[in-house]
Amino acid sequence: MSAFSAIGDDREIDRDEFTPGIEPQATWCPGCGDFGVLKALKQAMPEVGRNPDEVALFTGIGCSGKLNSYFNSYGFHTIHGRSLPVARAAKLANPDVEVIAAGGDGDGYGIGGNHFIHTARENHDMTYIVFNNEIFGLTKGQTSPTSPKGHKSKTQPHGSAKTPVRPLSQSLNAGATYIARTAAVNPNQAKEIIAEAIEHDGFAHIDFLTQCPTWNKDAKQYVPYTDIQQSEDYDFDVSNRQEASEMMFETENKLHEGEVLTGRYYVEDGRPSYGQEKRQIGEMPEEPLAERYFDEDAEWERTYDNLLEHHK
Amino acid sequence: MTDNELIWRIAGGSGDGIDSTSQNFAKALMRSGLHVFTHRHYPSRIRGGHTYVEVRAKDDPVQSRGDGYNFLLALGDSFARNPQDEAYYGKEELKPLYENFDELREGGVLLYDEGLLDESDVEEIELEEHAEENGWHLVPMDLRGIAKEHGREIMRNTAGIGATAAILGIDTTEFENLIEQNMSGDMQEANLSVLEDAYEAASDLDIDHDIEVPDGSHDEEQVILSGSNAISYGALDEGCRFISGYPMTPWTDVFTIMSQHLPEFGGISEQVEDEIAAAALALGASHMGVKSMSGSSGGGFALMSEPLGLAEMTETPLVLVEAMRAGPSTGMPTKPEQADLEHVLYTSQGDSARVVFAPANIRECYTQTRSAFRIAYEYQIPTIVVYDQKIQGELRNVPASHFDEEANADPGSVLTEDEIQEAAHHASGKFQRFLHEPADGSNVSPRSVPGQKDGRYLATGNEHNPSGHISEDPENRIAQMERRINKLDDIRSDLDENTSHQTYYGPEDADHGILVWGSQQDTVFESVDRLNENGHSVKALGVSDMMPYPVDEVSEWLDSVDEALVVEMNASAQFRGLTQKEIGKYGDKLSSLLKYNGNPFEPAEIVDGFETSINGEDLAASNMKYLPAAGD
Repeated sequence: MSAFSAIGDDREIDRDEFTPGIEPQATWCPGCGDFGVLKALKQAMPEVGRNPDEVALFTGIGCSGKLNSYFNSYGFHTIHGRSLPVARAAKLANPDVEVIAAGGDGDGYGIGGNHFIHTARENHDMTYIVFNNEIFGLTKGQTSPTSPKGHKSKTQPHGSAKTPVRPLSQSLNAGATYIARTAAVNPNQAKEIIAEAIEHDGFAHIDFLTQCPTWNKDAKQYVPYTDIQQSEDYDFDVSNRQEASEMMFETENKLHEGEVLTGRYYVEDGRPSYGQEKRQIGEMPEEPLAERYFDEDAEWERTYDNLLEHHK
Repeated sequence: MTDNELIWRIAGGSGDGIDSTSQNFAKALMRSGLHVFTHRHYPSRIRGGHTYVEVRAKDDPVQSRGDGYNFLLALGDSFARNPQDEAYYGKEELKPLYENFDELREGGVLLYDEGLLDESDVEEIELEEHAEENGWHLVPMDLRGIAKEHGREIMRNTAGIGATAAILGIDTTEFENLIEQNMSGDMQEANLSVLEDAYEAASDLDIDHDIEVPDGSHDEEQVILSGSNAISYGALDEGCRFISGYPMTPWTDVFTIMSQHLPEFGGISEQVEDEIAAAALALGASHMGVKSMSGSSGGGFALMSEPLGLAEMTETPLVLVEAMRAGPSTGMPTKPEQADLEHVLYTSQGDSARVVFAPANIRECYTQTRSAFRIAYEYQIPTIVVYDQKIQGELRNVPASHFDEEANADPGSVLTEDEIQEAAHHASGKFQRFLHEPADGSNVSPRSVPGQKDGRYLATGNEHNPSGHISEDPENRIAQMERRINKLDDIRSDLDENTSHQTYYGPEDADHGILVWGSQQDTVFESVDRLNENGHSVKALGVSDMMPYPVDEVSEWLDSVDEALVVEMNASAQFRGLTQKEIGKYGDKLSSLLKYNGNPFEPAEIVDGFETSINGEDLAASNMKYLPAAGD
């Protein structure tokens, strides 16, 4: 048996394979938008033809981090804001494994903001889903980087004086090559976007609007939504940076005016992913590095044979 | 003073080529059959400032830097000229001269580049008076002029080497060979001419001094390299093929060496946005089955505290390097200290399960880095190699055969797919990654890596049950915690049986002891020889395992001495504290000699400190501190 026989298995995949058996019980609140992410992710997997053993899911901390518990793949529930650096090394170490990262708006745009910018800049071939509910949920309702200006919470009793971050624009400026926004209340679109993002060869960022029924009292905060690809009011070219940028700006403004726009915003095909770039310049091996440790025929060079000459 | 040795100091400004010149000088002396050791001192500054490197050469192995030095090649700081308006440079041009006065031994030779200095300036520092007082031989030469005649001013270095060789009677063949190997075309021609001209010019001067450069020969082939080279080569030989880092002095050295060589070994190096990311990447690659490392220096290592704890909790193997420099905070970036010991032992929340090694020298940098990988991957635990700016930068000759070791790519306790099929699985479909009681009776529950069939599990920084699901069940908690923490006992036994990292030195039946850790070990060993020659009865124990601490070994040794002086480069006696904490006694037996002025110990200082401790006197030297034993 080969070392990684799960990879490349081309049988038909059933979405139920991604549901763990008897445990664990969900601890998300009833009506939580996070269920929508889980469902869409499970539905997307048969479409992309990946089985649970060839998928590695990396999460941060918070309600979003629990995704790992309910999604049956290889999982790494890391630390607050740090899912991306762990995930991107995983992709470099074994590019044959499907790497998906997930986090919340505090996790991804706050504490992990630096990693977000740099992962997008490098265009790692992975999918990054940010559960955006505009609130810190698990720590019981504090203002988050996406909370609207004036948002009142126990830690910002006078109302936040900060302008919320613009995740779509930020992602575009940083260098992501697939950028979309979807919402838990829109399951079909969510599934399609996740599948596209996984198949995209580069850094795919999904800002996933997930309502928080407990701390953002209006559980229907993202309804009604408009799918920009389906609406006749919006017409722009997703491969055009300038047009995408303008559309994102408008979308980000409108969210706080109560109008929810979703869809694909930017798709750049043809730019090589970071791993491909590294291979091209000779900084990364052609074959997955992880496989070499299981290959009995692999040759391991010694420094004695290679490097000591310089020191004589 | 020790006879029959050359301690040659080259001084100038950063950027004047002091480093490369001293490396070549040391290598040439090694090739001629001598044992060599370099000590490097440099400011936190890109160009200019006072920098020097000492090369100590003897016909028997050199353990340490010496006490002072006997030959100064002062090149002058070429970057002190033409200062920008607004900037104040002071008398920096002269610094390579007067900053080095203190330690030049009586009767030493002081060769300086008069081509770079005004006579009036030289008068100002009273060079003649100092020379007369100390019996120094002053040799002003226009090195700059000789260099310019054949090429560029920067070749002052080569002129300095030529003149040094003539004054000391060293054959120039090896210097010529090095120039021929490292340069080509016009550069090679010009440097050879500069070397020859300076040699002849200095020969004509006929300086009468009593420095004798010893003759020596090696029994086997030698190589000259730094601690950072040795750590990197240890990692590569142990199958490390992934490194991630962020530049920070002095850790940058290992990061640079690894980044240069990893692609040719089929590996990957990543320079990333910060140290949290750096450690997180190494963790991610290791999770996938690749042997990985990261590292930093004090402040950067502080950022790694989080991923370090995650590695402990998820039992993901990880090797980190911590290159210490003087702290707290950014401290003194280019000066050595041993004050991050408690930082590497205890940083990160919760009960720590990590392994810490502190190599003594270049040989141990290689062997202990190999141990660090073996232990990390066999026991699924993070290991830290802590060393300091001293070992990082010093060069020393080591027999080439020391590195003639087989590569070991074994990824440790990872299962094959066949083995995963046989292993226990949970009803949820997950592989039992974190068994309470692994089948072989050890505390290591073997892992799978993503992509392997039926090996799915969840790695999480939360407490978790055997299949990786988050759990706060009290019984599970106890079982998992005990299994993780008990690995340290297993590792202690493993090290005791297979790879003792402690070094015993001096007569076994000595009355007094010196206890020392990390980079100061070999300097202490040289002092022990001198103390015994002076009629004392002293032995030393150099400890390299910081966690798990070698309690039995150190206790037994401490029982065998009346009292022991603990020597370390920090102000708060951290290693002495660790020893007392781990062993739980000897508070009345251990006194401390501490140095924290940014310079490592010289052997004579340890001799003084020891004699002070024996006599119960106060320490005369103001650059060190003596801390008596409790109750004294």
